[in-house]
Amino acid sequence: MTFILAIVHTGLTALRRDRGALALSFILPLAFFTIFAVIFGGRRGTTPKISVIVVDEDHSRASQQLVKGLSEESLTVITRPAPKRGVEQPEYSAASAEAAVRGGAAPVALIIPKGFGENPISFGGGQERPTIQLLKDSSDMVAPQVITGLLQKVAMTAMPDAMATQGSKYMEMYAGGFTAEQRKRINQGLEELHRQESAGNSGTQSNRNPNAGMPIAVATRDVVGENKNNPMVSFYAAAIGVMFLLFTASSAGGSLLDEAESGTLDRVLSSRVSMGTLLAGKLCYCSLLAFAQLVLMFIWAWLVFKLDFIPHLAGFAIMGISTAFAVAAFGMLLASTCRTRAQLGPLSTLVILIMSSIGGSMFPRFLMPEAMQKAGLLTINAWAIDGFTKVFWRDEPVAHLWQQVLVLLLAGAAFFVIARKFARKWEYS
Amino acid sequence: MPSARVVAAPSSSQPLRIEALVKLFGQLTAVDGVSLELNSGECFGLLGPNGAGKSTLIRSIVGRVIPDAGSVSVFGAPADSVGARMALGWVPQELALYPRLTCRENLEAFGKYHGLSRAALKAAVVWCLEWAGLADRAEDTVASFSGGMKRRLNMAAGLIHQPKVILMDEPTVGVDPQSRNRIFEMIEKLRDQGISMIYTTHYMEEAERLCDRIAIIDHGRIIALGTREELVHNAFASRSEVFARFGNSGESVVAWVKERGGVFDNGTARFTMDRATDIAGLLEAAARAGHELVDVSLRKPNLESVFLHWTGRELRD
Repeated sequence: MTFILAIVHTGLTALRRDRGALALSFILPLAFFTIFAVIFGGRRGTTPKISVIVVDEDHSRASQQLVKGLSEESLTVITRPAPKRGVEQPEYSAASAEAAVRGGAAPVALIIPKGFGENPISFGGGQERPTIQLLKDSSDMVAPQVITGLLQKVAMTAMPDAMATQGSKYMEMYAGGFTAEQRKRINQGLEELHRQESAGNSGTQSNRNPNAGMPIAVATRDVVGENKNNPMVSFYAAAIGVMFLLFTASSAGGSLLDEAESGTLDRVLSSRVSMGTLLAGKLCYCSLLAFAQLVLMFIWAWLVFKLDFIPHLAGFAIMGISTAFAVAAFGMLLASTCRTRAQLGPLSTLVILIMSSIGGSMFPRFLMPEAMQKAGLLTINAWAIDGFTKVFWRDEPVAHLWQQVLVLLLAGAAFFVIARKFARKWEYS
Repeated sequence: MPSARVVAAPSSSQPLRIEALVKLFGQLTAVDGVSLELNSGECFGLLGPNGAGKSTLIRSIVGRVIPDAGSVSVFGAPADSVGARMALGWVPQELALYPRLTCRENLEAFGKYHGLSRAALKAAVVWCLEWAGLADRAEDTVASFSGGMKRRLNMAAGLIHQPKVILMDEPTVGVDPQSRNRIFEMIEKLRDQGISMIYTTHYMEEAERLCDRIAIIDHGRIIALGTREELVHNAFASRSEVFARFGNSGESVVAWVKERGGVFDNGTARFTMDRATDIAGLLEAAARAGHELVDVSLRKPNLESVFLHWTGRELRD
C-alpha cells in the first residue's frame, strides 16, 4: 500500500507541474462539454432559428395570413434582401429567391403561387389546387423538414377562415347525400390514398405527391446539390481536411521548437539566415505540406466518393492555397508561443479541437445556435469550409470567393506577424 | 581545406579582437570584462571549469549573445555582421544537427544557409566528409551515428562554409577516448593549415596538446593568459609540486600539512618546492612528526596546478 501511495503521489506531483497535461485533463473536457451542450442540449431551451425566404406571388388574404403565421413561429422569415448601403431592396421574386438559396442566404425558400388564396387548403388527392414551391439546399437536411411541418401547422392555426370556407365547400361537395357522382369521387379519393400508401417511402420527397393528406400542397425541389453524387462529401472533405491541416501545421511549426531545443536553431541563426527568413521558410514549408494534404484529401474524395473535383480545380486551388497559408501561419503562431514541444502538444490539441468544433469541422455550423455560428467566424475552419462549400456545393464562380480568400490571407498574415514577434525570444540571448 | 572565400574586404588583419566584453544574465556576470586577441594561424585555448563563461564568450563572438558592454570584431567587422558570420565557423557544444537528415544532407543544408554556390558547396561537402572521416557514411542518417561520429559531423558542419576563424566549444564533450583522439587529429590538421582557432575546454590535456596560447577563465574573468610555459612559470617559476599520501588523514596530519605550507585535499597533501632535493627534508619532518607516508610523488606543475594556484579550486570542480 505504501508503494501504491508513493506512486500515486509521484504521479500527482508530476501532473501538477505539467500545465499542458492538466489542461488536457480538465479544461478540454469542460470546454467540449460546454460546446456540445450549447449546440445540442439547448442551453436556454431554444433551437436555432431557421431562415426562410418567402415569396408571396398571390398577395391574397390567405397567403398573407400564411406568411404572418410563419413569422410568428421560431423562424426568421425573409421577404427581401438586406438593404445595400441603406437602400431598401425589392422583395424577392421566385428567381431571386432561388438564387439566394443557391448562394447560401437561406437554406429554404417558399414560393406562394398566384391563385393560392382561391383554394388554399384541401384534403385528400385528386383536386386541382395551387402548390407552394419549397426550394431547398439539400446540404441542410433539417430546415426543409421543419419548414414543411410548420407550413401545415400554420395552415391549421393561422388560416381559420380559409379552413371554414374550405370546409363548407367540402360539405357542399360531399354532404348532400351520396349520389352516384359523390360515391365516385369518394372512391377516387380513397383509391388515391391507397395507391400512395402502397407506394410506401420509395422515391424522393420531391417525386411523391405533395398533397397526400396535407392541408397545403407543397412541392419540394433541390436547388443546390441536386446533381451531386454525394451531398456531404465536399463538406466533410473540407471540414475534416482543415482540422487535420491545423494539427499538421502546428506539428510542422513545432520543428522550430525542436531546433531551439537541440541548438540547431542557434547554428542556423549564426549563418546568413535571419529569424525573419527562417520563419518565412518554415511558413512556406508548412503551407506546402498543408496544401499537399488538402490535395490528397480531395483526390481521395474524387476517386472514392465521386466528388466533382476536376470541374472545380480553379476554385479548389484558390481556396486550398489560402487555407494552407492561414493554417500554416496559425501553426507557426502556436509554436512560437511555446518554449518546448511538450508545451506545444497540449496547447495545439486544446486550441485546434475547440476551433474545429466551433468552426464547423465536426458538425455543420447551421445546426448551431446563432451566437455560436457567429463565434465560428473567428475560426479558420469556418471561412475555409464556407469557401470550399461555395466551390464544390454551390458551384459558385471563383470571383465569389473573394471574401473567404481575403479573410484567410489577412488572418494568415496577422498570425505570421505575431509569430515573428514571439520568435524574438530565440533571436538573441 | 579549400581556400576560404572572401566575403567582404577585411578592414583588419587581426582575425579576432575582443575588448572589455561584459555579459550579464540578471544578477549573474557571465563574462566580466574579457579582452583578448587571436593571432593569425593561432590556436587559442579557453580553459576553465563548467560555468566559467566560456560558452557565453563564444556565443558573444558569433553574435548569438548581445553583450552588455565591450566589443567583438572579426577582421575588423563587428560580430553579427555578414562579413563576421562568413569569416567565423562555430562548432557549438550541443549536437546542432538534423537527426533525420543524412550526413551529406546536413552539410548541404548548413552550406546553403551560408549562401554557398552549388560548386563551392559540392567541394566543401567533399572536403568536410574527408576531414571528418565520414565519407563512407555520407548517405546514412545522423540518428544512426555513434556519439563520436555525431561530434565529428557537428564539427564539419561548422566548417562547411570554409571559415577563416573557427570557434570550437568543447568539441570532445561526452566522447570516448578513441573518438577524442580522432577529433584531436582533425584539429591538428586544421592547425597545420594555419587556421585561426579558439578552443574551449575544461580538460587540461586538450589545452596543453592543442593550444599555442591559453587563457584560464573563471567566473567570467581571464585570470591568466599566455603559453603553457608562461602560465606555469608565472605561477610556479621553477618550483615543483610534491604530492604525498599518509597512512591516516586525521586532523593532526591536516594541521601538519598546513603548517608546512601545503594544501590537503581529498586525502592528498600538495606542496611546492624550489628544488627536487627538498623532498628529503619533507620525508624526515614527516617521520619526526610520526606521520606515516604511504606514497610520495614529484611532479612538474601543469595547467591544472596553475588553475589550482590561482583559484584554490580544482579545474574539474
